[in-house]
Amino acid sequence: MTPPNWLSNGLTPEGSWVHGVDPRARVLAAVGAAVVFACLQQTAALIGALGGMVVLGLSARIRPGAVLVRLLPFNILAAILAILLPLSTTGDAVYQWGPFVWTRPGLELAGQIALKGNAILLGLLVLVGTMELAALGHALDHLGVPTKLAQLLLFTVRYLEVLGQEYERLRASMKIRGFQPRLNGHTLRTYGALVGILLIRAWDRSERVLAAMQCRGFTGKFWLLEHFRYRWTDALFGAGWLTGLAALICWELWG
Amino acid sequence: MHLSEAILAATPSGQLVLGGGMVLAAGGVAVGLRRLQPADMPRTAILSSAFFVASLVHVQVLGTPVHLVLNGLLGLVLGWAAMPAVLVGLLLQAVLFGFGGLLAVGVNTVVMGLPSVVCYYLFRRSAAGGYEGLAWWAGAAAGFTGVMLAAALAAGALLAAGKPFHHVAQLVLPVQLPAACIDAVVTGAAVAFLRKVRPEVFRRFG
Repeated sequence: MTPPNWLSNGLTPEGSWVHGVDPRARVLAAVGAAVVFACLQQTAALIGALGGMVVLGLSARIRPGAVLVRLLPFNILAAILAILLPLSTTGDAVYQWGPFVWTRPGLELAGQIALKGNAILLGLLVLVGTMELAALGHALDHLGVPTKLAQLLLFTVRYLEVLGQEYERLRASMKIRGFQPRLNGHTLRTYGALVGILLIRAWDRSERVLAAMQCRGFTGKFWLLEHFRYRWTDALFGAGWLTGLAALICWELWG
Repeated sequence: MHLSEAILAATPSGQLVLGGGMVLAAGGVAVGLRRLQPADMPRTAILSSAFFVASLVHVQVLGTPVHLVLNGLLGLVLGWAAMPAVLVGLLLQAVLFGFGGLLAVGVNTVVMGLPSVVCYYLFRRSAAGGYEGLAWWAGAAAGFTGVMLAAALAAGALLAAGKPFHHVAQLVLPVQLPAACIDAVVTGAAVAFLRKVRPEVFRRFG
């Protein structure tokens, strides 16, 4: 199985307005929306939240195919929940089959979960998923996340593609030697060796990287050459976002 | 085995689980970060990338792809640094693939990272120790424990979230059993291999 091409995620075309908004504002907006959406209980407000996120995605000209693929795992889970949750709750029976009773409160709960999850994920994908991962690392650093953690994120992202290519090379060399994956001991042992070699290559690379960094005077601090600048458009975006979230909260409380 | 925030946020007790997960994860990650010297940063990060890539390996079981988890091996190699490594991996998975979610990152870090740390304390010594025959078994035990303990924690989180989730919680352990067995054999083989080829992988950290 080939790993997907992670880093060029292709969610939005060049020139979408999301790219113009400060990454820090986008991260904060996604977190704020997730907290608010998670607390919503009214179905109407949740539909409003999901609708708002769909409009946001459309206005950012997000690619529907790319988003739907990322929403798929959650929605498979939501479908399983829609079958299982109505069995564990008590209330009006909607459908009965032998000893199994599907109840209305369970179905409603599953529906709420599906709305909520899709709204939160959509917001995350539109605002943060469209960001370059390096920008995400810098944004987290500026937002007060421990520097070491932000560095770890930046480093990990930097080497994902390198090790992904390493992995591809190893898989290709296995294929050339006639390896066919099956469910047997040989396959699993081979995968063990594959994981082992991947780790050794990563280890060796890290020694070289560290040596190169120490040659350049690394003492644990990353010097960022480009800093984000907060502009009036970001303030506008923030104000609009807060208004939207406030409207949802009002809808939840008095709607 | 990613818990979704939408599921846990559906009940008040589930929201508590989300919050508690964040607090516990913050504690574990803080311990992991404190133990990381600046010189350990590249190694930790590049090994995290390698684990992220390796976890994309799939094995077909009855037509369903089961992917490697490798959190046991992660613990054996990184020790406490596994906690921040898991957090970074989960953040990336949430942003890139839509797995898990933003608010559930805390719970999920505990679910996946705590078993790594447990494996580190239980099996690191025998994986790196003098008996070569023991290394395979220590690795296999770490692989199995890593996945099953994570499944147990996830099931526990769902049980704590409330009665509607009890059926789902009961399913988590049996569903993860094949993944645990596959991880056990792969981790065992990887540990035996690494011990022979590059024993310092298990020695220099922590």
